[in-house]
Amino acid sequence: MEVVQIQRNLVDYTKSLFMEGFLDGQFLQLQQLQDESNPDFVAEVVSLFFDDSQKLLNELTIALDQPIVDFKKVDAHVHQLKGSSSSIGAQKVKNACIAFRNFCEVQNIEGCLTCLQQVKLEYYLAKNKFETLFRLEQQIVASGGSIPMIEMGF
Amino acid sequence: MNTSSGKGYMSTASSSAGWKAADTAATAVDQFPAGLRVLVVDDDPTCLMILEKMLRTCLYEVTKCHRAETALSMLRENKNGFDIVISDVHMPDMDGFKLLEHIGLEMDLPVIMMSADDGQHVVMKGVTHGACDYLIKPVRIEALKNIWQHVVRKRKNEWKDFEQSGSVEEGDQQLKQSEDEVYSSSANEGNWKSSKRRKDDEDETNERDDTSTLKKPRVVWSVELHQQFVVAVNQLGIDKAVPKKILELMNVPGLTRENVASHLQKYRLYLRRLSGVSPHPSDLNNSFMSPQDATFGSLSSLNGLDLQTLSATGQLHAQSLVTLQAAGPGRSTGKSGLPVPLVDQRNIFSFENPKLRFGEGQQHVNNNKQMNLLHGIPTTMEPKQLAGLHHGAQSMGNMNMQVTSHGQQSSQNNSLLMQMAQPQARGQMLNDSSLGHDPRLVSPMGQPISSNGIAANVPTRNGIQENIRAPSYNLVSQSSSMLNFPMNYAWELPVNSFPLGSTLGISSLTPKVDFQEADIFNDLNQHKPQNWKLQNAGMTFDASRHSNSLQGNLGHTQPVLVKQGFSSGQVNGQNRNAPVVSKAMFSSGDSTGQVNAQNGNQCLNSLLVDGTIRVKSKTPISLYPDHFGQEDLMSALLKQQDAAAPAEHEFDFDGYSLDNILV
Repeated sequence: MEVVQIQRNLVDYTKSLFMEGFLDGQFLQLQQLQDESNPDFVAEVVSLFFDDSQKLLNELTIALDQPIVDFKKVDAHVHQLKGSSSSIGAQKVKNACIAFRNFCEVQNIEGCLTCLQQVKLEYYLAKNKFETLFRLEQQIVASGGSIPMIEMGF
Repeated sequence: MNTSSGKGYMSTASSSAGWKAADTAATAVDQFPAGLRVLVVDDDPTCLMILEKMLRTCLYEVTKCHRAETALSMLRENKNGFDIVISDVHMPDMDGFKLLEHIGLEMDLPVIMMSADDGQHVVMKGVTHGACDYLIKPVRIEALKNIWQHVVRKRKNEWKDFEQSGSVEEGDQQLKQSEDEVYSSSANEGNWKSSKRRKDDEDETNERDDTSTLKKPRVVWSVELHQQFVVAVNQLGIDKAVPKKILELMNVPGLTRENVASHLQKYRLYLRRLSGVSPHPSDLNNSFMSPQDATFGSLSSLNGLDLQTLSATGQLHAQSLVTLQAAGPGRSTGKSGLPVPLVDQRNIFSFENPKLRFGEGQQHVNNNKQMNLLHGIPTTMEPKQLAGLHHGAQSMGNMNMQVTSHGQQSSQNNSLLMQMAQPQARGQMLNDSSLGHDPRLVSPMGQPISSNGIAANVPTRNGIQENIRAPSYNLVSQSSSMLNFPMNYAWELPVNSFPLGSTLGISSLTPKVDFQEADIFNDLNQHKPQNWKLQNAGMTFDASRHSNSLQGNLGHTQPVLVKQGFSSGQVNGQNRNAPVVSKAMFSSGDSTGQVNAQNGNQCLNSLLVDGTIRVKSKTPISLYPDHFGQEDLMSALLKQQDAAAPAEHEFDFDGYSLDNILV
């Protein structure tokens, strides 16, 4: 496939992610931070996010599995997850966290468990999307092209 | 590290050796805000990485940290290593607000809080804990681009405080220069940094590590050191003795101009005290320094002062001198030292006015006489009284203190009171005023009173001013002034600032004072509220300092000052927040401007240079500390701030309080 084609695919794909709400304006901020001195910045940050979030999700699973749930602890984890997901622009994950926190506040275990499932789902979906995105980018770079900057009306 | 452009600012600042040079400032200006040294603390690695990248993009120098404890130890190890700190609110090992408090207290750096939590109460918490800003995650780079403003702002305030407390002359010069610069604040910053560094380097005798310019390193004034000091002062002539020259003459390594300045202030207060004026500032000074220092200082100054001086004032002085000497250097606590001076003052009270002996000038002399009367009022504030007065008649004490404590102020008073040769007095005072931290403007008070046609006051004022020279304790002066003159309140008003002295001694006098004050204030206010204000301001400042050290009871300590943060114009507040006051004084450079504006007195203005004291004297309300709690003061202060109207009795440091609060 030609580089131009891949680039076009990337642009389209990225746009669709925005449209669907997977990504928000914060992701653009990240992209703007990427430059020649740091060509893999976005990929690095995103992968860092997913590694870190995985740990948080595990902690959450364990915490909610306790006979007596420590909601404060659960809330702290969710809060952090919310913060980091919002920082990379993973909007759906962030929104799921917000809902999760509401249930924590009222100490609703069922609600929390449901939310946890939701967050996990969003997490994996987002991970998937990002991986596709980066794969496209790598293809472009491998073909000698440059990654096109997305012009969004944010 | 000047490899990157970001470092240019730093290197510039560190390379500038002395007080700001125009070119140094210019360089700093060119580079700034690039190279701003930011410490970012967040347990979330994703956010941390993003923030670091964003800050680097802004050309800042970034250090990141996962844990609050690590960040704190980094800051402690390298006190001057960072310009600003950005911290997350929710962290596992330490609450972000706690870290904020620590940093504010220990390093006094601007701190920006951030969180995904945008709840109002959380943001409010940030404000109350002293954060200079609060960012909501996800943080955008635009938000980070302007964080340098917080550094500049803080530097500017600290610079003013710094220069006020320490180097009025130099500060003025620098200010002037910096004002010419485009980025005057950054220039100040550079200067401040370099000067601070120099000071830190030079200060070998620091008893503790002060990271903030607001906290002066403690110097122990040994007998020899004091003797050297006295010799230098006498050599220069008490009128011409400015800290800078004294420092040069003394030629003591490790001694800073500020040390000398504050000691000079105490010395002057002492002299005043001897002459019968109640040196309120001296008390503050004493308190500011360790009790030992204070005591010692006063004692030694007595010793060193010269019997001549003492004898001049009269037998009492001699008596007190003897007593003091006996009590002497051996005295370890400021408190113990206090009683002595108190007694002296009482005695002094009867003497006409010894202050002249130091050649403060005719004006002073005249004043002294009168002041003696004031001083005469025995400050029967024994230490325990002091304790009791805690929140008491601060105003009373303050007033006295203020009047006497500042050399500067004294000149003011003199000039004001005497209404003669004011410019002269002022000139003298100005020199004197280059004292350290206390921008006390006691003198103004005198005038208003006299203008009111209260003859008694006038003399008192002068006397008061004179007293300033002597490093007397606030207490003494307070009581004296109070007793002698009904107008005492006038002095008292300024007293507000002097929490320790005034409260203690004043408690007994308070009722009287308050009453009088009310009357007097009204009169005064009409006449020269400004002047009065200045005095108060000065007092406050001094008071806080003194109170800290003097009163063990009060339990005011330097740290307390910092925390208090309220100086609120109220007298009450001041007393209580003595420590704060001093801090406030430092931090609110703005006040000075305000005072000046309000007063419109040239002399006052000049005196005000260092003093941010905003004396908005007016209603005696402030005089009744009892009525005000901290919250009251705070709200009052805030109100005053909002009001932005000098009309209130603001001895206070409106400017200060706000700053303090944040701290």
